[in-house]
Amino acid sequence: MSILTVSNLTKQFGGLVAVNSVDMAVEKGSITAVIGPNGAGKTTFFNLITGVYQPDKGNVQLGSTSLVGLKPHEISRHGIARTFQNIRLFSNITVLENVMVGLHKQFRAGIVGTLFQTKKVREEERLAQEEAYHWLEYVGLAQHLNEDAQNLSYGAQRRLEIARALATKPKLLLLDEPAAGMNPRETRELTEFIHRMREDLDLTIVLIEHDMKLVMEISEQIFVLDHGEKIAEGKPAEIRNNVKVIEAYLGKSAVTPA
Amino acid sequence: MQKLTSKLKGNKMAQMILLVLYVLVTSLSLYLAQASVTAFLLLLFSLLILYYTELPDRLKWLIAGVVLIGVIPFVSSTGPGYQSYMEVATVVGIYVAMALGLNIVVGLAGLLDLGFVAFFAIGAYTYGIFATGQAANFMPFGTFPLTGESFWIFILIGCFVAALFGVLLGIPVLRVKGDYLAIVTLGFGEIIRIVFNNLDKPVNITNGAMGLASVKPPEIFGYQFVYPNQFYFIVLAILFLVILAVRRFEFSKIGRSWKAVRENEIAAQSVGIHLVRTKLLAFAIGASFSGMMGVVFAAKQTFVDPTSFTLLESITILVMVILGGMGSVPGVILGAAVITILNLQVLTEVTNYLNQLSLDGVISFPEALAPAKMQRFIFGAILIIFAIYRPQGLIPAKNPVFDEESLKEGSEKHRKEKITVEPDKGFQA
Repeated sequence: MSILTVSNLTKQFGGLVAVNSVDMAVEKGSITAVIGPNGAGKTTFFNLITGVYQPDKGNVQLGSTSLVGLKPHEISRHGIARTFQNIRLFSNITVLENVMVGLHKQFRAGIVGTLFQTKKVREEERLAQEEAYHWLEYVGLAQHLNEDAQNLSYGAQRRLEIARALATKPKLLLLDEPAAGMNPRETRELTEFIHRMREDLDLTIVLIEHDMKLVMEISEQIFVLDHGEKIAEGKPAEIRNNVKVIEAYLGKSAVTPA
Repeated sequence: MQKLTSKLKGNKMAQMILLVLYVLVTSLSLYLAQASVTAFLLLLFSLLILYYTELPDRLKWLIAGVVLIGVIPFVSSTGPGYQSYMEVATVVGIYVAMALGLNIVVGLAGLLDLGFVAFFAIGAYTYGIFATGQAANFMPFGTFPLTGESFWIFILIGCFVAALFGVLLGIPVLRVKGDYLAIVTLGFGEIIRIVFNNLDKPVNITNGAMGLASVKPPEIFGYQFVYPNQFYFIVLAILFLVILAVRRFEFSKIGRSWKAVRENEIAAQSVGIHLVRTKLLAFAIGASFSGMMGVVFAAKQTFVDPTSFTLLESITILVMVILGGMGSVPGVILGAAVITILNLQVLTEVTNYLNQLSLDGVISFPEALAPAKMQRFIFGAILIIFAIYRPQGLIPAKNPVFDEESLKEGSEKHRKEKITVEPDKGFQA
């Protein structure tokens, strides 16, 4: 059963067609990779799913609900969370608070409750702190809880982004280049971690990645974009030998030896 | 000196004794000296010292309460400067509340607002119109002016009307960001002032540039509030509630979503924060503080006219927030106090002193450098010096510190309920 169905998705920026009638179906519980050369439209594709951009044409469906026309925060409420290619943390607040913001939508406190600090509000706040701490433990950042997010190391910032995304309790998690800037050991650990998240949290994961070793190891299904168009899809082994994919990455001469 | 501070650190008793001694000495000198501005300022300074002591929070609040409610009004009451001291303290209170309101908008939510005084004006006119005969011009029923007893309800009304205008301003304005937002809010501030200036025809609502004179003073059970020393307590009470509210908002879900929007709008949305609602709430709550103080201002001055609400006022409030430390409640309180006292007392004192000197023939100033003209210059110089050497503000904003041990215990239950992971395995750099 597919959890995310994308059909005929198109987005134009002026004369540039960033995403051109892309179809895609993501299986529930799967790990799917979206790859392609730089400028292929991968991040735009993510932005279209999460409502940062509105598509010009086409449809995005989560389960049976259409996401087209919804604002990013509404899409988050439907159960899609994401991380960003250029890390977007709340830099000047603490690590724990970053994750607590991720818990935002499960808070019930209103203005009045906050003003009078009712018992319920205080309890909710307390629970949220504990739960946020729990997510920090899950990604291995618990000891940094009181640091400002901007003072974390690069790898730790990436993990914090994941913790914040997980705190929203998504069904579908979109990771935009999670291994960028990581060394081989960190990448290996990340691979394990992505597997573990899926098992523990019953997640469906879609990731954009340039690290082919990670992509081939981890994904069950791969979609390849080039110049905004989907040029291939299939299992890692199929993609590895796909002529069009090799062409896109290495140029025509790589496929047709002179 | 270092030895002394290291000894004081951690010794709460000694800090307490020193603080009490300090308050005693300064209040005694204020009590005995006739109209000594220095003694008055030193006494106010004790509150800052109190902030830096390591006493428990509740005790700090208690001491601050005693100093503000008891000591300051009492010891300054003997001298001839009594009303002027109380006037300064009242104005400080009004500005502190406004700066705290603007701090929510600028400091927490990161929305640069250059027209903030508009909400103050709205509050002032809300009371001014109904507490003078003015309302009779356009209200088909009721007798105006309303009595001074309505003042207490008008504090709430002013609060809500200002909040409403905050939302009304917000809806169109929040489509723009950053610099453009600043320009649009600047425009809004001017529009409100000009509207009040011209709303004397076709129906005379605000009495235009003539202003509203003889606004009814507040009254309760036949007791009238006319003098600064009486308004002082009204302002103090409202200020207490404002500070309480600000602290509670800041460390709640609402405050966190403001900060999240300030730090990164796209990320904030991606975790489910409603951008427009969050910003509007910041505008509304910030404006409401200003509206309440506007009502008090109208009652205190007994006169409202558009010239009290110029762009310079908006800028001054913004300067208080920036000088004090954006997003920092104690910082903003200090910033507002420093700027107000500087403007109302220190700089005028200095000017008077210099004037006296030149009158006595000790020094002679060329016409272009007359002390009265220097006042703004000194003020500007101080701001520049602070901007260079203390860009994060007098008391920079601090993040809360969470207790790891107790959270560790609490997080256990989330682990059992939802997932089974061994926290120390894997994914650790």
